[in-house]
Amino acid sequence: MTTMTIAKAINEGLRASLTNNPKSLLMGEDIGPLGGVYRVTDGLIREFGADRVVDTPLAESGIVGTAIGLALRGYRPICEIQFDGFVFPGFNQITTQLAKMHSRSGGKLTVPVVIRIPYGGGIGSIEHHSESPEALFAHTAGLRIITPSNAHDAYWMIQQAVDCTDPVIFFEPKRRYWLKGEVDTENPGPASDPFQAHVLREGSDATIVAYGPLVPVALAAAAAAEEDGHSIEVIDLRSISPIDFDTVTTSVKKTGRLIVAHEAPTFGGIGGEIAARISERAFLHLEAPVIRVGGFHMPYPVAKVEEDYLPDIDKILEALDRSLAY
Amino acid sequence: MGATQLPTPGINGTGLDQQSPAGGASSDPAADMIQLLGPDGKLGTDPVFSDYAKRLEPEQLRGFYADMAKVRRFDQEATALQRQGELALWVPLTGQEAAQIGSGRATQRQDYIFPTYREHGVALTRDVDLAELLKLFRGISNGGWDPTENNFHLYTLVLAAQTLHSVGYAMGIQRDQKLAEANGSNDPKAAVVAYFGDGASSEGDVHESMVFAASYNAPVVFFCQNNHWAISVPTEVQTKVPLFNRAKGYGFPGIRVDGNDVIAVHAVTEWALEHAREGRGPVLIEAYTYRVGAHTTADDPTKYRESAEETAWRGKDPLDRLEKYLRSEGFADEAFFEQVRVDGDKLAAHVRSTAQGLQGPNFRESFAGVYAEPHPLVAEELAWFEEYSAGFEGDEEEGTDN
Repeated sequence: MTTMTIAKAINEGLRASLTNNPKSLLMGEDIGPLGGVYRVTDGLIREFGADRVVDTPLAESGIVGTAIGLALRGYRPICEIQFDGFVFPGFNQITTQLAKMHSRSGGKLTVPVVIRIPYGGGIGSIEHHSESPEALFAHTAGLRIITPSNAHDAYWMIQQAVDCTDPVIFFEPKRRYWLKGEVDTENPGPASDPFQAHVLREGSDATIVAYGPLVPVALAAAAAAEEDGHSIEVIDLRSISPIDFDTVTTSVKKTGRLIVAHEAPTFGGIGGEIAARISERAFLHLEAPVIRVGGFHMPYPVAKVEEDYLPDIDKILEALDRSLAY
Repeated sequence: MGATQLPTPGINGTGLDQQSPAGGASSDPAADMIQLLGPDGKLGTDPVFSDYAKRLEPEQLRGFYADMAKVRRFDQEATALQRQGELALWVPLTGQEAAQIGSGRATQRQDYIFPTYREHGVALTRDVDLAELLKLFRGISNGGWDPTENNFHLYTLVLAAQTLHSVGYAMGIQRDQKLAEANGSNDPKAAVVAYFGDGASSEGDVHESMVFAASYNAPVVFFCQNNHWAISVPTEVQTKVPLFNRAKGYGFPGIRVDGNDVIAVHAVTEWALEHAREGRGPVLIEAYTYRVGAHTTADDPTKYRESAEETAWRGKDPLDRLEKYLRSEGFADEAFFEQVRVDGDKLAAHVRSTAQGLQGPNFRESFAGVYAEPHPLVAEELAWFEEYSAGFEGDEEEGTDN
């Protein structure tokens, strides 16, 4: 076991992938000598050279599009998109090409591309640097979307993304980059399946589902609720596409109440999808409607007011109160 | 002549300083255009590219003609199939045969081709069964052939997306070759050809692909067929300078070639591919040609262009001029042209019967292709569909009684 930050864990995971898979390579803006704006690729160009840690021109469609070409040639490109809000110039390549190439070819072609995107708010930044666009990608068949919430998962999940034959969008909770945790670099343990949700805390009164940056918030809310005598189960979804509905359903059948929290706007979001599926799978077990805690239907607000926008412990507790009182 | 101003293959550089400025060419397309075989069927000379043309044996020239005639016959058949309701849509290439056969025949087996959706002639040169192309247009498949078999990628419908794939693929070739050289391999060097059109040249992906290709010196040949019309919008709306001149801005050679001259197209593409394979970086070729027919079978060119323009371009027909040349040189006799007609009809019959036999896939296959690895949601939805479908079993038999 080693203690490291999430950023360092991804860095170590990338190092392991580059070491273990000679066909893997990193591409992105400023990922070479600078090590990326968040230093996630720090030191990798020294170790693996400029052919495998590629500083690209400043063009997101170019990054994704050339990664697709490299994948068609047998490579496993790992792209870094500098910030969530800058993925959209590459959105066409991701949704019309990357997601569909396997299907278009009748299964003959594979494009094992990983796209790393630091996402989410809470960092006091300017426009386009705090968004949570995961639902836009989850709606696109052919993509897989995963997001770690802790260092151990980050270390293993990035490697699993590289090993996956399908394209994977890897959302990194940027405001948790410096969150430290224990990492077992020898054994993934429960992290062996990146598409499986994890029950992080068991409880009997209600379930909170969260992922990425809101997992620590959900855990804190559950701890606070416990002081009020409520036993709250917390699930870290880990995978947004596919979603491990079995784990969520099992939990809801036990607790009868479900809160889904994410930073992304609730309208048309992952929470709505979970609410619908759970109503289909566990309708008679529900003691209350599924409640979503998420962003508002607005562009991500300016930094000075983002605390009002973001789901926090109080908002989750308020949702829990409503659910428990229903 | 523009030809003397072109970069020569012997110079280890772009030769850009020798290229003429942008202005002159737009007023007179011929001024900067490489042409060897004129519409009159006479072979001219060029200080750089005549050497390439001289390598061509009569057998190859006859082959070029046969290819062009075949793909034109195929085009007619596919258009007819669409008119008869056998295809949802067809994208005709008539007029662009020389651009496609000349460039396609310049590629080697190890090269990889990224077409747009009109490259039926290039497909022929890559030995793709042309009947396979119809799967896309008959609603059987979104692809249709195995791209890895002939190094001919699937048609890409989102304009210019494939130009970036081309550059990425070429970056992969660079890495493979570096490794192969380190291991002492003598495998032939490879390059990529990225096809696109004058309309697609406005897409941002073309810009980004040229930036990436230049930055990494990627072995890619950008082959732009300027067929003068992006559906109804003329090239003048896409660009104020000749398209080949854009290469200068990226720092690699750009060449305009008479796209209806199969000998010049072949020569220029061979030169460009050598340039790329030898590690000297990308080249942009603008094949100056014309889409004689409609954009697709759903298009109506009478609404946006004069028929006189079409007539003028028919006078520059790529097949006619090669036929004149082959006859005047005594390279082909009437029996040859008769055989070409017979072979064309044979191909058309094959395409027709194959197309009519192409049945829609089982819908269940659509589930299988979404992901390469097992996916619980897809599995769940397929299971639901199976159960749902099972509920109708036996209904069809009852239905026939009504």
